[in-house]
Amino acid sequence: MNDRGLIVAGLLVFLGLITFPVWYDLAAGKAPQEPEVTLPPHEKECVAPIPYMKTSHMTLLNEWRDQVVRNNVGTYTAYNGRTYAISLTGTCLQQCHTEKAEFCDRCHTFNGVRSPYCWDCHVDPELVHQALQQTSAARRGEQDGR
Amino acid sequence: MGVDRKTFLRVTGMSLAALAARRVAGAIAGPSASHVVPAPGALTARRWAMVVDARKCLKKEGCDLCIKACNRSHNVPVITDRRHEIKWIWKEPFKDAFISGQSEFANAMFQDKPFVVFCNHCDRPPCVRVCPTQATWKREDGIVMMDWHRCIGCRYCMAACPYGSRSFNWTDPRPYIKDLTADFPTRSKGVVEKCTFCAERLARGRPPACVEACEPKALTFGDLEDPASDVRQILRSNFAIRRKAELGTAPGVYYIV
Repeated sequence: MNDRGLIVAGLLVFLGLITFPVWYDLAAGKAPQEPEVTLPPHEKECVAPIPYMKTSHMTLLNEWRDQVVRNNVGTYTAYNGRTYAISLTGTCLQQCHTEKAEFCDRCHTFNGVRSPYCWDCHVDPELVHQALQQTSAARRGEQDGR
Repeated sequence: MGVDRKTFLRVTGMSLAALAARRVAGAIAGPSASHVVPAPGALTARRWAMVVDARKCLKKEGCDLCIKACNRSHNVPVITDRRHEIKWIWKEPFKDAFISGQSEFANAMFQDKPFVVFCNHCDRPPCVRVCPTQATWKREDGIVMMDWHRCIGCRYCMAACPYGSRSFNWTDPRPYIKDLTADFPTRSKGVVEKCTFCAERLARGRPPACVEACEPKALTFGDLEDPASDVRQILRSNFAIRRKAELGTAPGVYYIV
């Protein structure tokens, strides 16, 4: 038996299929753009060096969680001596990264990392904002109806 | 040449002894992991406790300022379906809240009066004993705390608590939260929740939300181990009862009737 031709052809087709996304992007003429993470305008540094935050923010957040919930320690002293209140919503979101969709979700989506369940409980201030707008809109509607 | 048997044994033995000594010294002198240094400005106590003055509370009929304040500051959902309801602080008729050997005639004047009830933050909390993940535990200051990250929703604690102070989230609570606040997390489907004596407010130097909201000043919060504290002073001059104290849970909430 001599199936060499079939096998090589099959392998080529297989390789072609599995590398399809690469060919597709090359053909479209644009490489996927990595989301760019920028510091908020009023800050020059994060609670830890940025390369560390990029790779290990989840470790830091887990440490924060244990500190504040289990050890009742509410303040974090950063590598540069600055102190921060330990709060995912209060410090991370409200003070700096006010756009959760822009900051957290974009990168997680790009990297195919399922959005962690932090936000099942911790509140994105944007939600509160929306709820307030809805209630005030409803109230306005009520007043107009009268 | 080389090391003879005697020297080898001597050196090895001494090294092992030095290693052991270092570990012993470390264990004695090292900081205890469970010791907590509170933040400056935080309210601290050796044993937090609450006194509910039912005389003042009952005077204002239909008042629910404490309940509203608690629900608002902790994102407690208001679910009307009683099978799913979530309660941190609520009202219970005296006859249900204080089940004891007393006859209904002896308590006749209170039987149907609504008493505010919440977690008793027991000294010997049965919920803590049964929690398989240590998601609930007793802090050094007596608060029976909850770590919602760690709760697996087994509901052993609910079965163990003789006061019904714990509620289970059968559904996602978010749609049932009236005034969502970003200052406190919500809970998710599948976890148990209860009153935490406002541990997050104490850490910032503020009294519990219910105490702050109570207009007739029926709720007094303080350190039970401090003879000069408000709670001790009130308990010294008033007769107080506790819920199901005969069970041996040593509840930390006192009621003046």
